[in-house]
Amino acid sequence: MNDTKIKITNLHKAFGKKIVLDGVNLELQKGESLVVIGGSGTGKSVLIKCIQGLLTPDEGSIKIDGQETIGADKKQQEQLHGKMGMLFQGGALFDSLSVWENVAFGLLENQKMPRKQAKDEAIKVLRQVGLGADVADLYPSELSGGMQKRVSLARAVATKPEIIFFDEPTTGLDPIMADVINDLIIDSAKRLGATALTITHDMASARKIADRIAMLYKGKIIWQGTVKELETTDNAYVKQFINGSSQGPIQVEI
Amino acid sequence: MATKIELFLRALGKPLVKFIMRLGELTIFIARSIYNCLTPPFYFKLMGRQFMDIGFYSLPVVGLTTIFAGMVIALQSYTGFARFGAESGVASVVLISVTRELAPALSGLMVAGRIGAAMAAEIGTMRVTEQIDALVTLSTNPFKYLVAPRIIAGIIVLPILVLIGDVIGIFGGYVVCVYKLGFNPANYINSTLQNLESLDIVTGVVKAAVFGFIITLMGCYNGYRSRGGAQGVGEATTNAVVSASILILVFNYIITELFFAK
Ligand SMILES: Nc1ncnc2c1ncn2[C@@H]1O[C@H](COP(=O)(O)OP(=O)(O)OP(=O)(O)O)[C@@H](O)[C@H]1O
Ligand SMILES: [Mg+2]
Repeated sequence: MNDTKIKITNLHKAFGKKIVLDGVNLELQKGESLVVIGGSGTGKSVLIKCIQGLLTPDEGSIKIDGQETIGADKKQQEQLHGKMGMLFQGGALFDSLSVWENVAFGLLENQKMPRKQAKDEAIKVLRQVGLGADVADLYPSELSGGMQKRVSLARAVATKPEIIFFDEPTTGLDPIMADVINDLIIDSAKRLGATALTITHDMASARKIADRIAMLYKGKIIWQGTVKELETTDNAYVKQFINGSSQGPIQVEI
Repeated sequence: MATKIELFLRALGKPLVKFIMRLGELTIFIARSIYNCLTPPFYFKLMGRQFMDIGFYSLPVVGLTTIFAGMVIALQSYTGFARFGAESGVASVVLISVTRELAPALSGLMVAGRIGAAMAAEIGTMRVTEQIDALVTLSTNPFKYLVAPRIIAGIIVLPILVLIGDVIGIFGGYVVCVYKLGFNPANYINSTLQNLESLDIVTGVVKAAVFGFIITLMGCYNGYRSRGGAQGVGEATTNAVVSASILILVFNYIITELFFAK
């Protein structure tokens, strides 16, 4: 039985002279929730964007359901995107569209669902992320940061994707709202049976969401394991990161 | 010695390489834009919104600029013609300069300032806030969704604006001639109609379509490639307006010359 959903081998990406990813190897099983942790600017967002084909890697291979994505043609790319949903770090809601049009975007544009039906569906998904039907006709700029995150989450899951990416879903939220979002992520992923890849610096969130955790440092995955293994690891880098200490092998360039 | 030459060549080479890269980037952008303008799916609703933004809301600006242009041309050419006692020539000068030159060029420049900047700012903001990436992840081609509706609307709407501008500009000339210079209204209208040639109108309309393409292309291109937050978006808007204005003046000459040769 082969249940590998995403297989990343020897992935390299540099911007000019700046090497961001330097040989990343990572595998996600079907239905698994993997959390990638790592310091600011280590290339976590770049990693996700490479998987989605928003950035073109310099070298390496990314296979989704056994199919190579790098160099895939337009048709294949669009097909792949149909399988994926993404919660962007900054929300990336379309500010010219209302909340429900944002949530229903994939349904309207790709599945060609009638507007009335799409709106009902959007309101249903909004309710799942704890937002009432009254926000459906507002515009993203009229919402608070936490509400925008939830709308963004609703948009990511509305098309019922097989793979969902969450880029720092809890950053900038108060601890209670962060936990609400955690529950929503677990909940949506479970309901859809989706494979989830989450990026975060928030260790509480990571422990809660993850089946497995991987740490990205200097362009490589330097450690991976279950949440239990995380607590008992003697990897000095991981220990320093989860304890949030400035003393240790990780040197922050100031 | 050799090192000095080497340094000089290096200093020369870097901007040159950058310039050629930009040119290549722009060429690819144009090719992709045209391809996506011509192939389905078409977003008619978005196109409709652009018709309103580019066309309808530009009417006041275009109306004001062309009416004053027509008025000033009437006044200026009268000053010239009065010396030769040929006042009747004023009508045809107004007609030709408004339809061939003033309506398209002025409308083009005004719309470039209004629309080019707004487009670059909107698309640029969408770029830096990752909304364009979000479009892609929702299986929507940004060229089809953002660029094509704007370019198509620009090419269609600018000629219509210019035709309206023609009428208003000629009316401006009429007002000055009749109410200020005491021309006979019927005579003025007669000599305008007599001198009316389809080539004048066609020249203006062709110019307008090209300007519409230039304005929307520069707005989209500069917005699309903007980087790095609010500052990047600001740069994109400036570049969009400046490059569109310069290109309009250059192509204004080129098209005039093409039609002049005939
Ligand atoms: N489009 C780009 N062009 C040039 N450099 C880029 C680009 N995108 C990212 N980078 C660089 O790549 C590095 C990694 O960026 P990335 O956004 O992946 O960090 P991150 O790990 O997500 O950080 P954070 O946790 O703060 O979001 C940064 O140094 C950034 O400057
Ligand atoms: Mg990031």
